[in-house]
This record gives sequence, C-alpha cells and structure tokens, in this order.
Amino acid sequence: MSTRLSRGGRLIDRSKPMNFTFNGKRLRGFAGDTLASALLGADQMLVGRSFKYHRPRGIVASGVEEPNALLGLGRGARFEPDQRATTTELFEGADTASQNHWPSLDFDVGVVNNWAYRFLPAGFYYKTFMFPRVAWKHLFEPVIRRSAGLGRAPVDRDGDRYEQAYAFCDVLVAGGGVAGLAAALQAARAGKRVMVLEQTPHWGGRAPVDGGTIDGKPVADWIKSAVQDLERMSNVTLRNRCMVAGVHDHGHVIGYERVADHTPGDGRPRHRLWRIRAGEIISATGAIERPLAFAGNDVPGVMLASAVRDYVVNFAVSPGDRTVIVTNNDDAYRTAFALIDAGLIVAAIVDARPSATGDLVQKARARGIRVLEGRGIAKVKGTKRVTGVQICAQAGEGAALEDIACDCVAMSGGWSPVVHLWSHCGGKLIWDEARACFRPDATRPPTGDQGQPMVRAVGAANGALTLPEVLADAGGPAADAPAEGPIAAVWVMPQGAPDALRFKAFLDYQNDVKVSDVQLAAREGYTSVEHTKRYTTLGMATDQGKLSNINGLAVLSDALGQPIPATGTTTFRPPYEPISFGAIAGEARGEIFQPLRRTPMHDWHASQGAHWEPVGLWRRPYCYLRTGEGLQDAVRREIRNTRNAVGLLDASTLGKILVKGPDAGRFLDMMYTNMMSTLPVGKCRYGLMCNENGFLMDDGVVVRLSEDSWLCHTTSGGADRIHAHMEDWLQCEWWDWKVYTANLTEQFAQVAVVGPNARKLLEKLGGMDVSKEALPFMTWAEGTLGGVRARVFRISFSGELSYEIAVPASEGMAFWTRFLEAGADLGVMPYGTEALHVMRAEKGFIMIGDETDGTVIPQDLGLGWAISKKKADYIGKRAQERSHMASPDRWQLVGLETLDGSVLPDGVHAAAPGHNANGQRNVQGRVTSTYFSPTLNKGIAMGLVHRGPARMGEVLDFPVGADKVVQARIVDPVFYDKEGEKGNV
Amino acid sequence: MSDAVSALAGRSFQGFARVAEAGLQGMITIRCDLASKALAKGLKGLGLSVPAQRRIVTADAAAALWMSPDELLVLVPYADAVATVAALEKALAKDHALVADVSDARALFRISGAKADQALMKLCPVDFPSLAPGEVRRTRAAQVAAALWQSGENEISLICFRSVAGYVMGILEHSARPGSELFPG
Amino acid sequence: MLTLTCPYCGVKAEETELAPGGEAHLKRSGPGSSDEEFESYLFARKNPKGVHFERWRHSYGCGKWFLAARCTATLEVFGTYPAQTPAPTPDILAAIKAKRPEWEGYE
Repeated sequence: MSTRLSRGGRLIDRSKPMNFTFNGKRLRGFAGDTLASALLGADQMLVGRSFKYHRPRGIVASGVEEPNALLGLGRGARFEPDQRATTTELFEGADTASQNHWPSLDFDVGVVNNWAYRFLPAGFYYKTFMFPRVAWKHLFEPVIRRSAGLGRAPVDRDGDRYEQAYAFCDVLVAGGGVAGLAAALQAARAGKRVMVLEQTPHWGGRAPVDGGTIDGKPVADWIKSAVQDLERMSNVTLRNRCMVAGVHDHGHVIGYERVADHTPGDGRPRHRLWRIRAGEIISATGAIERPLAFAGNDVPGVMLASAVRDYVVNFAVSPGDRTVIVTNNDDAYRTAFALIDAGLIVAAIVDARPSATGDLVQKARARGIRVLEGRGIAKVKGTKRVTGVQICAQAGEGAALEDIACDCVAMSGGWSPVVHLWSHCGGKLIWDEARACFRPDATRPPTGDQGQPMVRAVGAANGALTLPEVLADAGGPAADAPAEGPIAAVWVMPQGAPDALRFKAFLDYQNDVKVSDVQLAAREGYTSVEHTKRYTTLGMATDQGKLSNINGLAVLSDALGQPIPATGTTTFRPPYEPISFGAIAGEARGEIFQPLRRTPMHDWHASQGAHWEPVGLWRRPYCYLRTGEGLQDAVRREIRNTRNAVGLLDASTLGKILVKGPDAGRFLDMMYTNMMSTLPVGKCRYGLMCNENGFLMDDGVVVRLSEDSWLCHTTSGGADRIHAHMEDWLQCEWWDWKVYTANLTEQFAQVAVVGPNARKLLEKLGGMDVSKEALPFMTWAEGTLGGVRARVFRISFSGELSYEIAVPASEGMAFWTRFLEAGADLGVMPYGTEALHVMRAEKGFIMIGDETDGTVIPQDLGLGWAISKKKADYIGKRAQERSHMASPDRWQLVGLETLDGSVLPDGVHAAAPGHNANGQRNVQGRVTSTYFSPTLNKGIAMGLVHRGPARMGEVLDFPVGADKVVQARIVDPVFYDKEGEKGNV
Repeated sequence: MSDAVSALAGRSFQGFARVAEAGLQGMITIRCDLASKALAKGLKGLGLSVPAQRRIVTADAAAALWMSPDELLVLVPYADAVATVAALEKALAKDHALVADVSDARALFRISGAKADQALMKLCPVDFPSLAPGEVRRTRAAQVAAALWQSGENEISLICFRSVAGYVMGILEHSARPGSELFPG
Repeated sequence: MLTLTCPYCGVKAEETELAPGGEAHLKRSGPGSSDEEFESYLFARKNPKGVHFERWRHSYGCGKWFLAARCTATLEVFGTYPAQTPAPTPDILAAIKAKRPEWEGYE
C-alpha cells in the first residue's frame, strides 16, 4: 500500500484538496502535489505498462528521470499524451489515464510478450526485419502494431496558446538548487546580469530533503534568504517552472517555461520558449540517482531511494509500510531516517559493500536499523506489487540467504551528475573512479564565440556530491553535513547473477532493456556504445536514458572486459526533457503562421469572391468567383471579357527596384542579358536576368526614368531576391561603381488595364494623353490620372492594348474603384492570375517558374533576341559559353497542340524510343505550361523538347497514365495574334 | 490626397500594452554618402542633422533615422512627403544620391504602455534593456523585417513593410494579450 | 545558433537576422577565362575543418554584406570585416594567427 501520511509534507497544502481522476477513478490530492505524489497518496502505484513486454510498471522516481509514469492528460483540445507524472503539477479536475495497455491496465493482453521475452531479445526488430520477411508482415507486425506505441496522438486542434521570448544576460544559471543559488548570488554581487532558471516550482533542489546546514542555518532557511536576496537585486531574474532544455552555439540557451500547465484555461500562454543569449552558462543541474540492476527491479514498489524520501518528506506520501533499502553508498541511509521519522518501518538496509562505516551508517545502527553488509538482492517477489525480497551475497551467484517481506524497495546505485548542458556543445567528461560517475572535465569545456569556456558546471552537476562540497564548488558559504564513506561501484546484483536473474534485471525500464540484452549485444559484436544503444534501444525512450545510460555502459564495459572510460558515453543532445511542439511553434499558428502579404486592394478582392493563389508570401486572386460559377467558368469569363472589352489586374505584387547613379547603366548591362544602358529615357524594355551559372532567374520590364535612373520590374515572387542579388554584386564585386538601389515594390499599387477598351477607360479617367501617338507601345509617361499621381507604362503581357499604372499604394484602393466606376459601360471586369497565365500562354510568353526551373537558359526559350551580342560581359555570359550550354542538343521551347484538342496534363513527358539503364522509358521533352484556351477553344501547351524548334510539325507521344497516350504536334508557341495587331492600336 | 489610407487605417488593440497602427506617415529613403555637406544642408532645412550610426535625430515634425552606412530614413508629415522629396533631391542634385518617397511602402506602429517592451521581447532578438534612448534597431519581428526605436518614455515605434502590416498587427496582438506579461506585477 | 557582429552597423546579430553567402574572396572568372578557371570559380569550394572565410549579409538589419573569419570546428569567430576587400585584411590574419598559431595561412 502506498498512502498519505497524516502529518508533514513540506510542499503540500492540506487546506486545498484537489480532485482528479485516473482511468476514470475519482481520486483526491492536495495543492502542491505532483500527479505522481497524488497517485501514490491515493494508493495508485501501478501506472502503466512497459513498451515491449507490457510488464506492470509503477512510479520509480520523483523528477524528470521518471521512466514509467507517463500519462495521457486532459481531454479534447487539451489532451496530451506522455505527460510525466513526476514533473506535472496536480490541478483541480486533472483528467489522467494510463497508456500502453490493452484492454486494461490491470489485465493487459500484451503481457503475453512477457512470457515470450526470451524470444524478444536485443535487436529483435532488426532481426525480424531481416528474416523471414513473411513472418514480419503476417506475424510480428500485426501483433506489435496493436500493442506498441507510447501514448495516443491528440486528435483535436491544440486549444492552448504558446509563445516565445528573447532574453539576454551575462550569466545564466541552470538550476535553482543550493549550488545554483550560491553561484547566482556570487555573480549577481559582482554586478552581472543574471538569470536563474529552475525547472520545478520550488527553489533549493533536493537539499531541504537531504538536510544539513549552510552558513550555520538549516538549508531551508538559507534557501529562503538566498532567494529573497536575489529577488531584491534588480540585475537578477528568477524564473521557476522553467527548464533549460538546451545549450547551443555561442551561448544560446533554450528555456522551456511551463507557464500555465498547473492553471489550465486561465488565459495565459501554456508554454513559453525562451531564446536566451548568455555570456556564461552555469550548469547547476544537480545529479540523478541510479537504480541497481537486480532481478525484478521493475516490479511496482521498487523505487529510487531518493524518490522514496522525497515522497515522504515533500508530499507526506508513504510509498510502502515496510521498506527494504538496497544501496552501494551512504546517501541512501537518509531514506531510512526519513521513513522512520515518519513512523514507517525499515525492514533492513542491504548494503552491497563488504563493510560500511560512514557517519550515516553508524547513525542507522545507533537507531536500531538492521544493516546487512556485503549483501544484495537476488530477486524481488511480487508481480503488480512488491511482496518481498530474497537476500543473497553480493559476491555470489544469487543463492537465497533469507526472504524479507516488504512492500517497497528503495534502491540506490549512486549518483550521476547531470552533465547534459555541459555536453550539448561539446564539453568533455572524465570518469571519476572514487565517485563512480562521469563528471565534467573542466580542462575541456564547450567554447563560445571567442573561444572562451562557455559553460561552467557547479555543485552536484560537477561531481560535488555532498553538501559541503557542493557549496564550496559553487562559491557559496560553508556547509555542514555528515561525512560519507566511499561508494562501491556495483552495477549488477549479485555480481555473478546467472542468466535467469539477468533476464529480469532491467536497465532501461521504458524500453525494456535488460542486463542480458546488453551482454548479448556485446557478444554479437557491438563494441561501440552508440551502436549498442541503437541495437538494444537502451536509453532511446523519452527519458533518454537518464536512469539507464551509466548502468548500461558499465554492463557493456564489463562484457567487453574494458574500463568504463574506454567505452565512453553516448551523445547528450537537447532537449534535456521533451518539450512541446506548441512551444517550438510559438506564435506561428493559424492566421500568423507565416506573414501573408496583402496588396492595397486585397480586401476588395476578398469581398468579390477571390479564389486565392499563393505567389511567394502574397495572395493573388486566381479568379473572382461569381455565384454559381466554377473556377473554369470564372477564368474563361475573365479571359473573354479582357480580350473583348477591358479587364483589370492587380499587378501591385510586381517587384519595382529603382537603380540610380552614374554607373547605373553599366551595372544594369551586367545584371541583364540585354543592353539597358542604351534604353532611351521614356522607353521600356523587356529584360532577362541570369545567375552566374547562366540560368534564367528572373524577367521583367525595365524602364528608363531619367538620365541616371532606371526602374526594374521583377516577377512577383522575385523582388526581394533580385534586390538582394543586385546589392550583392554592388557591395561585393563592383563596390567602386556609383550605383544605389531601392526596393520600391510596396510604394506603388499597380493596376493593369487590358483589352480593346483600355484606352477609352483611361481617357474617361482623364488627365493624361494616352493616345497611340503620345504613348506608343513600350513607352511610359508620368502625370495625374483621375486625380491621382501616376506613372503609366504602355506594356502588355497578353497581346492586348494594355497599360500598367502605378500610383501611391495608399491611394491604390481608391484608384481601383475609380476604374470600376468609370468602366461600367465599357465592360470593365477584374481578372485573376489564371486568366493572366492563359493569355500570356496564348501569346507564347514564358513565365519564370513554369518555363524555367533553374536549369533553363534564355537560349532554350527562343529568347536569343534578348541577349546582347555587343556586350563583353554580363552575369551568366561565361556560363552560357560552356559546351553543354551551347550544344544544339538541348531541350528547347515549342508550342504543343494535341491532335484531339484536349488539354495535356501539366508536367508530362514526351516519350522517346527505348529505355534507360533503370528500365524507364526514354524521354525527349516535357510540358511546362498547359491550359484550355477559351479564345481558341482548344487545349494549348508549351514545352521543352529536344531540338524542338527544328522539329515543327512532328507529333510526339505523351504517356499520361498506365495505358493512355496523348499525341501532340510541335507548333509555334505563339498561338494567338501572331502579327501582334491587337496591341498595335 | 483625401483618398489615401494607411495599411490598417489606424487599427488598434489594447492588451497589457497598447498596439496601434499610426496612420499615414511620410517616409523618405535617402541613399548617399552620409558625410555629404549637401545632405547636412538638406536636412537642416527640416530642422534635422545627420544621425550617427544607429541613431535617430528628431525635430518638431520630422526625424532622421540611420538605416545603414549609406542610407537614412526621413520622417515627415505625410502631406509634406512629395515636397520634401523634391527639396532633398534638389539639395543633393550634385551628389551621387538616391531619394525616394517610401511613405506608402511602409506601416508604422506604436506600442505603448509601461510593459510595451515585453510585447516586443516576444518577437525580436533584441536586448531591449540595453537599447539606448535614441537608438534605432533594425531587426526581425517574428518572420518579417522591422525597424524600431523608443519614441517616448513608455512607447516604442516600429516600422515594417506595408504588405505585412496585417501580419505585424497579428503578432503584436498575440504578444500583448492580457495576462501574458513576461514579468507580471 | 551563431552571433556575428556586423562591421557596418555594429549590431551583434544572431543567425536568424543574417543570411549566409558561402565562401568569401572568390575571384570572378568572366568571359575569356578558361574552362578550368571558370569551373574553379563557380564550383570549387574550400570547405575546411578549421579557419574559414565566409560571406554573410545582415539581411534583417542594415542589409550590408560583410565577411567573417570563423573556425568551422569550434565556431569561434576571429573577426568580421567589410566585404570591400579582395583578400583577408592584415588585422584579421593577425587575429587568426594569435588564436591559431598552427594555421597555415590564407592562400
């Protein structure tokens, strides 16, 4: 039985009872409880089933190292699996459930695996993947799938909010135990900006449970005054419920704050991820007690000795009436005193050391506790709960000397410093033979941006395992505690445990890895600890081996016959403990998942039924849906109207980069394949931009604004990239050229007015002469149109009479409205990007990203006319001279017309005779753009075809499915108005 | 001019800090040699001088912000922007310089209240306690570029691109939600 | 996540405010260069374990490109300097030599 004691409990508030449920059962705890202490207080020791064998498992620990007590917590939008009961604070109404069992916790069918555990050894998965394959598919997989998995994924959208925050400090102290507080005080008194992060809700770590004095005061008193001192200092930030999850490059620390886990639904963000930049990181993360490996050490009721006394002292919870303590060190004796002080029974202290003589041992004997020296536990009795232990000689092979009845076993295999934060960025460890632990090697610390040591470990995290050592190491005041005798390095109990015992001596509880598994791995040739880890899954569960790693590698070292440091450790990686996806995502969810770029007319488009197309981060109307219309209907209506009357396009997203200076012309001659320096003021020219690899990267109309300034239009998605590209060359290559650029993309709302009635519409607005004579094709003018300052460009991407008008963005919506009002009787109608695409394809105009994919050069697209032959150089010119680029064997742009008038699927390949080395059909081209043209009433397409332009009239096969082939003829890519008469008016 | 509207038409939100889009603001980009005498003279006409690295210089209705070693951002009333561009162009006519009206390309936000900095600490990798008065910081607000400075005792001003004004309002509202103060009390 | 100090605006920026631009001090080969020269310019990169010269742009800040000398193994930064130089400056070379006496030098 575990139960709540009638008195005591330093962390609970008995005046505030809290109701909660476990697997539907109504239970009660107190404010200040963890879920684990509340469950134990309600006699719920059995909390789950193990991953592989589905063995009954109880609570083992009292902190982050807990491997078993992972629960599903909450309901619906607040359900979350795998919540660690030992680190989750109890709150009123908490709804908890055990995991990993079927059909019920008490009766689990998966325990059949338990009977068969001899057949599920190390590397089971690898072995069954290999052979026989049929057994995997029909035998193992169905069974394993049914019983495997850790918790259940939430179904509902997360109902909580999350956020991130940035912070900066000189010294970040990870851990608010006595070492952390002492180190923080020292740094703060030196005037440093200090942050102290503590993962639990309490300050002082485990020192108040373990006792002693600091600066002549009981530890609890010293902690209280230290915290008060720190709180009073303006250069100190204290944060509890905030775990340091990781230490990263250049002092970057991730803090994980559980803001409202204990007050769900109070409106605050649930978790907050702190992104902290620290000058120095002090790792005061303490140590974790190790289990001992003996048969049945996973039976519910077997717990860490420190956890047993934590539950008694902190929460007034008795894990059992009658406890056997098994240890290889003095520290576990403290558990005996805590139990006896609480009125409970210590049946015996089983000490594996041949002789134990420390102060604490003497005190135990003086208090009449039975101490057995040189003894171990041969096996634990009981299945769902400990009923007793069988005692043996530690030096022997497990012959039973006596049985001791008990309902709790408190074990201690010594302490492992928490070296995670030290190790995340490459800090090295040394094996401390006397303390039987790995601890930070101060001569090989992780280093920061100046090569300086970046992390300093203090206290137990540095291997200082007694209170006086801890305070001395952390630069704190003197402390006093009983002197402790040396630990004995005991890993397996008894030392000569035979197979039958080793098969049930667990190292990794969560993943069911036993001593026998690690030994088998060693026999099978796994000599590297990293390989053994993956082969056996030791330390790969959500606790990341906090309990199991050192024991596991000690067993491996023994099996390999080498000292522990020769085996080494596995790599410590962030996060220290699992953190929520919500915290990682922060604010980036829903509407603000990513920046959405809106034009000044965005809301109007939305009100008119815009079906959106993402273009970069912009949203552009694909088409405007009217009642009863499908997408195709709308697109066709918009095209017909534009070709026959007048259409309006919101072209504000087009990039607009101003390039100015005495060397601007020369610079643009390098940027573009064409000659831009010779463009007369007042004129526009279509330009192509390649990268240094020669590939086409952007296109657009370049406008000569004045003697020394040009306006370069880019594609909608390309403005920032092209601006950065220009600045790169200006700053890094031709920094002596006098050129300035400015990205003016968002300064202007741009409206394309397109169609036979375009000029009439502009004339109705009035204010500028837009006649054929005053404003011929590929020219521009500045003035006031409809009362708004405007630049009018006579350019066309559709073949129609067309103007693009730029006005200040703030007036964009008003300007747009003016066209709609003035154009009502001219048939004005907005059109979207799909109509734009179809109309440009009808004219054979290429689109960056359709006809180009980063491997296409302008010459492939029949754009040789836009490449200046006169220029000695431009970006990409040298690359285009490479043999493969200049080869006539490239795939080149052609039009494609299906023989049956149908629309070719996008991206399909043209088949060529024969097969390649992989048995695939050879290909000789592919479709880059394909549409139904309402103007021509048939499917039209563009594609890149091997030597395409030389093969006009040829018919190609396009396999479009398993047995279906569409045939299409190679034609001129200009499908409509080849003479260009429509725009020439 | 009467038809001009700012990106969010002055939308505001009251959380633990107040967030408001500040409406139309004249903004002018100048790129030139910042040591140019013509520049100093041009700015003098607005009551301004050339700001030092990362500083802002303010006058009654105008301000000049240092944006990069060869770039300033000048703030004037929206209605004065066109004329000011012309005046600055004239002043810098003999220099190699670029002057451009960017009033309509940007949005300006004011985040105000005693805890205004806490809303921004959630979005920008900036050490706010060490941001000096009069210092301009160009940085990142969540996923977009921003420039910010302390424009009053309890006020921070933030400029971003116009197209992402809605996004910036969204992240500021999220960050300033009541009850989510980083340092309650 | 790295921090680098932008030599133009003096801000110690974190990596999320910066954009990487690959190896620094490449010499452009244009028309007239041999295939070997051009291949080297376009494709051959040093990728050392140790001292490396890199291009970074303060893209969320002042927008300027700058150069950084950095150890790719330890992430130690020896210094940052303006991009307007065809080779590492004497100051930077001295700073590296002081920290890495065994370094073979820039070629």
